[in-house]
Amino acid sequence: MADTAQPMAVALDSATVAFRVAGDRVYTAVEKANLSVAHGEFVAIVGPTGCGKSTLLNVAAGLLKPAAGSVKIFDQPLTGSNRDAGYLFQADALFPWKTAIDNVAIGLEIKGAPREQALQRAHGWLTSVGLGAFANRYPHMLSGGQRKRVGLAQVLIRDPKILLMDEPFGPLDAQTRQIMGNLLLELWNADRKAVLFVTHDLEEAIALADRVVIMSAGPSARIIGDWRVKLPRPRDISEVRMEKDFHELHREIWGVLKDEVMKGYVQSTQAVGAG
Amino acid sequence: MSRPMLLLSQLLVAVVALALWQFFATVPVFGKILLPPFFFSNPVDVGSQIVKWFSSGVIWKHLIITLWESILAFVIGSIGGVLVGFWFARQPRVAAVFDPYVKMVNALPRVVLAPIFTLWLGLGIWSKVALGVTLVFFIVFFNVYQGVKEVSNTVLDNGRMLGMNERQLMRHVYWPSALSWMFSSLHTSVGFAVVGAVVGEYLGSAAGLGYLIQQAEGVFDVAGVFAGMFVLSAFVILIDMGVTLVERRLLVWRPAAAEGRG
Repeated sequence: MADTAQPMAVALDSATVAFRVAGDRVYTAVEKANLSVAHGEFVAIVGPTGCGKSTLLNVAAGLLKPAAGSVKIFDQPLTGSNRDAGYLFQADALFPWKTAIDNVAIGLEIKGAPREQALQRAHGWLTSVGLGAFANRYPHMLSGGQRKRVGLAQVLIRDPKILLMDEPFGPLDAQTRQIMGNLLLELWNADRKAVLFVTHDLEEAIALADRVVIMSAGPSARIIGDWRVKLPRPRDISEVRMEKDFHELHREIWGVLKDEVMKGYVQSTQAVGAG
Repeated sequence: MSRPMLLLSQLLVAVVALALWQFFATVPVFGKILLPPFFFSNPVDVGSQIVKWFSSGVIWKHLIITLWESILAFVIGSIGGVLVGFWFARQPRVAAVFDPYVKMVNALPRVVLAPIFTLWLGLGIWSKVALGVTLVFFIVFFNVYQGVKEVSNTVLDNGRMLGMNERQLMRHVYWPSALSWMFSSLHTSVGFAVVGAVVGEYLGSAAGLGYLIQQAEGVFDVAGVFAGMFVLSAFVILIDMGVTLVERRLLVWRPAAAEGRG
């Protein structure tokens, strides 16, 4: 990436994340990660299970503090939680006691927006994620895919400059994932935010992102590869997979990723055996 | 089973039980009455006692007293339980210090406190309310404590990422979560409020359903004891139905499976 005058939306500089486990032992999840996301850039992080992808995302979100290294958001060192970022979680993160529309409106209400206005805009966002008719449903009355849509609206209504996504479509079935992927691209196309998208699905990563970053298996996971995806936009997730360039890139990245996935798999089975 | 069928069957159980009771209490079997009237009375006498209470109107005073005691015990116990539960959950150090004492008091059979409350608060309603409060408080306290502790980390993180400060997290995350736990134990805590009131009355009072039962027992009026029991059961069922209505309203956001608790 060429250096431009514009500051990077997210810049991790040799960020190391370590946890204290069982007394004095320290588990290093991520070691010296350098990662930057330009303004308006869609970056996907792919790695084997348990490699610390989500850890890295939590560092960018300010939910975790790196043990060493620095995190800068638009050139400012990050302290506390990242106010410029919206975070879409893998697990259900909606407030179960609020209706869909209240879940979306809350982001504005806590900023002090009048309730009427917040509800009106929330309805607009629910409509743009295709849930205009479900405003008064509670989360448990919605399907997994619908809950993700509400989550997306909840995050986007605050108009964050950075979007952090932690395997957001992981729990969904294959068809719903494609639909959600296309919805995400459509919304992102409207006003390009910087996106950091964590997934274990390489195909999904290539189909969505401008850049694909590969992490090695943990512990002490590192970033071991960085590819540019030159597929034209706008893309359709299911069609882009048919293209020749897609396959070539997939083969190239998979060549690197495969070994790490196997390592990660062996480690995870050992960890289960030991635990 | 369809609903009318179910109601009919339920009614049938009551009719058969009452008929058997009446039969064995009045008709000798092999020259012997199996349920001697002195110990078991019979449904007709019990029924006429209930009718007498209602037609003369004496029962209302006692019902209202018991209802008031239950309501006060529930409200005071709940407020205390919510406040202390919240405080302990947010201040683990305080909770750790008080933990053994909380367990100790909770393990104590509350009936033994009744004489103390009577001494302190007299024979009026407040000694009964106090007994009910000691029962309700712990149920609400444990549920609220649990509710605040078990807030999902993802939901909390989501609140933080949406820009909530501590006060807003309290209002939009901790508070609804704690209340939902409290409401899910509503049946139990309301039931215990009534238990506290009635047991308190039974042990020493001048009015209330427990007093009525105790009085009847004092003169070996078995029909009166049974009549008091039936009125009390109907009273509890009515209150429980009210609680179910309130609960449906308050916990609409809960999946149906979780509603069956209590």
